[in-house]
Amino acid sequence: MCGIAALQLRNPELRPKMGSLLSTMLCEIVDRGPDSAGLAVYDNPALVTEGQSTLSLLGGDLGLRPADIDAFLAGLLPEGVESQVKVVGDTTLVSAEVPAGELAGAVARACPGAVIAGRGGRVTVMKSVGHPMEVAERHGLGGMYGTQAVSHTRMATESAVTAGGSHPFSVADDLCLVHNGSFSNHASVRRELKRLGVEFDSENDTEVGARYIAHRLEQGDDLETALVNLGQVLDGFYTLVVTTADSMAVVRDPIACKPAIIAETEDWVAMASEFRALAELPGIGNARIFEPEPGRVYSWSL
Amino acid sequence: MTTTVDSIPVSAGAETEVFDLKIDDVRTLNRAIHQASDGQSFTVDNPGGKHSLAVGINAGIDVEINGHAGYYAAGMNQGGRVTILGNAGVGVAENMMSGTVHVTGDASQSAGATAHGGLLVIDGNASARCGISMKGVDIVVGGSIGHMSAFMAQAGRLVVCGDAGEALGDSIYEARIYVKGTVASLGADCIAKEMRPEHLLELRGLLHAAGRDDDPAGFTRYGSARTLYNFHVDNSSAY
Repeated sequence: MCGIAALQLRNPELRPKMGSLLSTMLCEIVDRGPDSAGLAVYDNPALVTEGQSTLSLLGGDLGLRPADIDAFLAGLLPEGVESQVKVVGDTTLVSAEVPAGELAGAVARACPGAVIAGRGGRVTVMKSVGHPMEVAERHGLGGMYGTQAVSHTRMATESAVTAGGSHPFSVADDLCLVHNGSFSNHASVRRELKRLGVEFDSENDTEVGARYIAHRLEQGDDLETALVNLGQVLDGFYTLVVTTADSMAVVRDPIACKPAIIAETEDWVAMASEFRALAELPGIGNARIFEPEPGRVYSWSL
Repeated sequence: MTTTVDSIPVSAGAETEVFDLKIDDVRTLNRAIHQASDGQSFTVDNPGGKHSLAVGINAGIDVEINGHAGYYAAGMNQGGRVTILGNAGVGVAENMMSGTVHVTGDASQSAGATAHGGLLVIDGNASARCGISMKGVDIVVGGSIGHMSAFMAQAGRLVVCGDAGEALGDSIYEARIYVKGTVASLGADCIAKEMRPEHLLELRGLLHAAGRDDDPAGFTRYGSARTLYNFHVDNSSAY
């Protein structure tokens, strides 16, 4: 089944309340996927710093103390570049003033085996197994500031219940994908992408979707075109939410088996699997509420 | 062909039992509804998109839901008159047997699925698969409906005052569909048919029952070409 709740806050006055608003939404989609969960929060000053790249690594205990990771990285990063390592719940965040790709290379050597769940200058990705509200609690979601945020509750079908198999999948800078549904031809698309040199972290079907979108964006597609192309290549059931540094898009497969509802006001735009996740948003009584049409890409930019 | 239809309810309002779903839970509401007898009325405040509101009604009661309902609202209704002042989630009035369900906003997918009787009125739009496998229910939609609506519809009438999405009436049996606007495409074995006087008459009755004043002459009737009913001997070589 799986549940999705995503929120983009247009009104800066609401941004300090991002975490509490998203928690309320998340609470209502727990039933749809109680085995594991994931969160992506954009522009939280406690988690990311302007001008720096931040990597979100799975696990709060990587077998090394944060200070040791820092020390290892010091020898791997260019001279004068300092890294910061902090642990937030089940996630370890590593930041430094170098491109995310370079930081990822250094982290791969400093912490072999660490899985990078999120990367970029503005997003933090936090994923774990267990009850979604406990996952949110462990990461301190309730008090978080943010411009955009996405949450996902997973009912695993295509791969194991692990933090790595949880959504969002973030495989390019500030790009996140969450998925309700399943891709049926993910193995063949994965094989094709591997042939083109794309590397994968998991056997998960949604990762293939995320890698495909990242690949298309690299080829010059804009987000909307990439999602249209995804519809041509990937077969299966899906409602997808994709976020970039400053935009959010929603698309459903042409059969539209998986639910989605969108609400929009001047202050925010929200998408969820079901209305009950939107019911407590401020001003919902006057929001424009609609179900996205099958096969059509909807997007909003900040 | 029957032309008798129930009308949209007017609440009696004598003694109304109120449930506030910010405080009361859905099971408590539904238990009270199951124990009710003819003529009783219920109001449901703060529905908040919760699922299975007022399912399994089995008496002539009135239920008013003040806000948006979640999945399967008023499912299996038998004799009740349910008004949802807002939108309804997936499967509103699914498997209704009799009575009326009125949604003042939009309805999600599979509205009136497999319903055997009664009247479902949706003032706004209905999403995909509206009236899927309908078995005798009457559905009147003020707006448009999504794709694959009236799929394998067996009996009953579906009236659409807006447009219909793709594959309307795929593999339809004996249900009748009336559409005022455009039809994106017709499903297998569904065709446009002549509007005879009896159809204008039944459509007028349905629109009236739904509280609408659209002109029946502006609608097109769709139904089964009945070419899938029997095995076609030309296909025998496939076996």
